[in-house]
Amino acid sequence: MPAIVVEGLERAFGEVRAVQGIDLEVAEGEIYGFLGPNGAGKTTTVRVLTTLLLPTGGRATVAGHDVVAEARAVRGSIGVALQEAALDPLMTGRELIRLQATLQGIPSEEGKRRADDLLERVDLAAAADRRVGTYSGGMQRRLDLAAALVHEPRVLFLDEPTTGLDPVSRKTIWEEVRGLNEEGTTVFLTTQYLEEADQLADRVGIIDDGKIVAKGTPESLKAEIGHPHIELHLAEGSVAQAEEICARIGKLLPPKDAKAVLVEVENGAADIPRVVRALDEAGIAVESLELVRPTLDDVFVEKTGYHLAEEIEEEAEKEPVEV
Amino acid sequence: MAINLRVIRALGMRSIRQTFRRPQLIAPIVVFPTLLLAIQTGGAGAAVNLPGFPPVQSFLQFMLAGAMMQSLMLAGNSGGIALAVDIEMGFTDRLFTAPISRFTIVLGRLAGTAALGLFSSLWFLAIGLIFGAEIQSGVPGALIAIFLVTSAALAVGGIGAAIALRTGSASVVQGLFPLVLVVLFLSSAFFPENLMIQPAQTIAEYNPLSLIVNGIRSPMISGISASETLYAVLTITGIIVLGLGLSARALRHRLRAG
Repeated sequence: MPAIVVEGLERAFGEVRAVQGIDLEVAEGEIYGFLGPNGAGKTTTVRVLTTLLLPTGGRATVAGHDVVAEARAVRGSIGVALQEAALDPLMTGRELIRLQATLQGIPSEEGKRRADDLLERVDLAAAADRRVGTYSGGMQRRLDLAAALVHEPRVLFLDEPTTGLDPVSRKTIWEEVRGLNEEGTTVFLTTQYLEEADQLADRVGIIDDGKIVAKGTPESLKAEIGHPHIELHLAEGSVAQAEEICARIGKLLPPKDAKAVLVEVENGAADIPRVVRALDEAGIAVESLELVRPTLDDVFVEKTGYHLAEEIEEEAEKEPVEV
Repeated sequence: MAINLRVIRALGMRSIRQTFRRPQLIAPIVVFPTLLLAIQTGGAGAAVNLPGFPPVQSFLQFMLAGAMMQSLMLAGNSGGIALAVDIEMGFTDRLFTAPISRFTIVLGRLAGTAALGLFSSLWFLAIGLIFGAEIQSGVPGALIAIFLVTSAALAVGGIGAAIALRTGSASVVQGLFPLVLVVLFLSSAFFPENLMIQPAQTIAEYNPLSLIVNGIRSPMISGISASETLYAVLTITGIIVLGLGLSARALRHRLRAG
């Protein structure tokens, strides 16, 4: 049975249609990356799936329970770490996890034990009795994650778990998510970071303007839009002659500058020796050579017409991130 | 049901800890009413000699009920502010994703507010006894006062919670602070209503807070009065029903609107 099934899901806020009839399915034990820019509908979808918001159309089940008719059963099966770790700065880390255990109906002694284990797991044992307000951003996210795990949920929702974190903290969260998934937890992860989706997700759904514009494994999505290409920079020799040789191996792409040759190849790295040998035989010296694979950003551009990275940069310029 | 009682207790404990850890929440409940009590009993003690003033042992004895009333009103307001802060920072979303009845979250907050009312009643009784005020009807009267203050805190907290849930804004709930004081001064909390001038006297007569404060004051200054106690209990019950009803409605609206 799939962990999450979404059919024609809609959510409108007055005239604004935040989610416009999306369909998706997440298999048990999968990490599903839900990728899109700010305002695309990611958080609204998560809020509906976690029963924080009622849908205005369509239906969804999580862990086999309908999010409207069996909302409480859904809440008993899920762990949630929402965007902007919702923590009380006046509580200590230990108090928060124990409160979460109580909310999940875990007996007191068992709650204490799980709190100790989880704080150890996310490397916060030493800071467990400090107030959360004194934690760094990375520590707060780890605590939020630990709180979401206290009842060993079947499905874990992580809404932009690494937004605003430094690269080291981001990698720590990634490792934790991978570890949880290896233990069998299904993870529904929203992110606006392409690398995060690429690194973590078994499958990806790209949402833009409330609609899913692409879904599949990162590899299949990248393959859909084309093969990798080799980017050559010549040390000496004729660019025209190099292009003629490369055209016999693959499809030429528009060059970036006068000394560069770009050729799309079907077999990726396996085609590099053929290209190098052919150029060498023609007496053309290569200064540098790089195999460039399609990225999820290329997929995003193909599907939406703009770069997600640019969108994030523009948003960051508009709204300073509060730390 | 057992799980919900545990949750209510846990959330109540959090609410109490939160109040004592945030000076701006505890100050209105303890510091301000204590200061006002000190200033008024020190500066206006001769009021007891006015013709028509109820027979009391001292002005402090008369004022204790007013101080408790002020404290419990502000405890209710602080509870509302704290709930609104939880909504603003998303903490209520964490609570709403738990497999419990969502109204339990409101009840947990109100349990904390009621506990602060209990603390307030004990605090002002202790101050009264230390500074020589007598409780005319002894331990039973003190217990009645404690019960009324605790349950009135819960009642006022229900109104605060309803406003917090409806608006989701700490500044709106905080903005009610002056209004709370106005309503309080237009009751018999700090001065006998029969000595007030019009229209304050009429307003105080019909102000439900006067009924509550008279119920708290009666066992302290004269003796247990069944009618005063009954009026206070009925008024508190009415406010509890109103507060819980409005809170439930505001909660439903919040969950529907997201």
